[in-house]
Amino acid sequence: MLKEFTCIMCPRGCEVTAEVEGKEVLSVEGNFCPKGREYVLQELTNPMRNISSSVLVRGGELPLASVRLNGLIPKDRIFDVMAEIRKTAVDAPTAIGQVVIENVLGLGCDVVVTKMVGRRE
Amino acid sequence: MRQLDTVIIGGGPAGLSAAVRLWEKGIRNLLILEREKQLGGILRQCIHDGFGLTRFGETLSGPEYAQRFISQVEEFDIPYITDTTVIDISVEEDTGKKKVVAASKDGLLEFEAKTVILTMGCRERTRGAISIPGERPAGVYTAGVAQAYINLQNKMVGREVVILGSGDIGMIMARRMTLEGAHVQAVFEVQPYASGLPRNILQCLDDYGIPLYLSHTVTEIRGRERLESVVVSQVDERMQPIKGTEKEYPCDTLILSVGLIPENELSLAAGVELDPRSKGAVVDEHHQTSVPGVFAAGNVLQVHDLVDFVSMEAEELADSVAAYLREDGLTPCGLSVMTDGNVTHTIPQRISGTEDFKLSMRVRRPMKDCRIELVQGGQVVAERRMKKAIPAEMIQIPVKAAKLNEKEDLEVKVVC
Repeated sequence: MLKEFTCIMCPRGCEVTAEVEGKEVLSVEGNFCPKGREYVLQELTNPMRNISSSVLVRGGELPLASVRLNGLIPKDRIFDVMAEIRKTAVDAPTAIGQVVIENVLGLGCDVVVTKMVGRRE
Repeated sequence: MRQLDTVIIGGGPAGLSAAVRLWEKGIRNLLILEREKQLGGILRQCIHDGFGLTRFGETLSGPEYAQRFISQVEEFDIPYITDTTVIDISVEEDTGKKKVVAASKDGLLEFEAKTVILTMGCRERTRGAISIPGERPAGVYTAGVAQAYINLQNKMVGREVVILGSGDIGMIMARRMTLEGAHVQAVFEVQPYASGLPRNILQCLDDYGIPLYLSHTVTEIRGRERLESVVVSQVDERMQPIKGTEKEYPCDTLILSVGLIPENELSLAAGVELDPRSKGAVVDEHHQTSVPGVFAAGNVLQVHDLVDFVSMEAEELADSVAAYLREDGLTPCGLSVMTDGNVTHTIPQRISGTEDFKLSMRVRRPMKDCRIELVQGGQVVAERRMKKAIPAEMIQIPVKAAKLNEKEDLEVKVVC
């Protein structure tokens, strides 16, 4: 059976048509690079996503520091990870790449800070 | 008055990229003026990832992308002033020198510069710009304003949300508000196609079960103090609401993602000619405007979909500014770039016909299996075959000087 996918691996957003038998991919077409095939396979078996949010900063010049994951998590765990992020606060100053939750919920990736927030003067 | 080689107006991605590149090219007598308290522009509030794949080969969030350039500005010690708003640019007729006036906490600042770089970005179209009838309650926000409240100020804007317009920021805010516990009922788009990128429809709407209704628009806003509901109607092919299709959606928040407009008040003050199609300056292949020594790049020139292309455009601009300052002039660009009805606009609008350049453009409507042709004197000088072309994606086509002549205008057309 033919299935249509919009690849989200990069902003190019290829429209990929895949011939699928159950969870097996027989052929893919329309992808500009090999990531398109990877994406279709992942989407059929276990869709993975990254998420971004922010955490409270104590004593910061800004109230929030943005965060993201340094790897992908299963799509159906997004709201579980959001609940963990919501419980978290950090002290100023923050640094880009600083880990605020290690191996979040045992999913194999960390929640990391993506913004430098200095101390409030 | 302080004399400078160049003043950069705006410390967002375009201004920062231009500054770093100019510094690397040895142009050091420069200054960045930024109206916000911090450098980084709109990227400071774009906390989602997907930035940087083209420019850096990895996916970054907006603040991380901006920090790459801010760190270079700090490392090189490139001068910048924040919390300072440029209020006027004027050009002295006999000398061609530019006077830049800015308002800061310390009063008015005045600079005289050989060149001015316009990198002010764009702003959002508002409710007023699209004239939605109804009452004027609280709870109606543009997507970028909602994004600033949530991502910078930690203030949630509402709980029951309707989104009008399928621009990328609107879709990204649909996801963001869902993650923060709001219920996003639907996204309505007046056009028969989405205005944002397909990947955002998938990862911001489909992933969260948020429906996208095409050919629909908000026809009334109801509520005294706070928004209570919106009325949505289907529209016909001329985008006029169809009577009898009205449906009321109770909600406390309406997010508008209905387009971006390059912010060109200062460009006009400087006497820069604007292009009604792009709503940015008319520029030549050097990114020079109709005023010699005034250059423009980034969203103030044309609204981009990817920041990577903003940086690259500003870096090309910086190369031209460096050449202008060294040689006191660039190749004259006497040829026009013309478009057919399928093309919304092009950058540049003027070319020399003697140098390589990169053409940026958008198509007016979604098209399949088409060919974009650049034609000069009946000869195709460059072409791009597209399986699909959509207005949401900017298309860039490199053109080689060897194929061009310096006599005839260039035509850009889409052949299906």
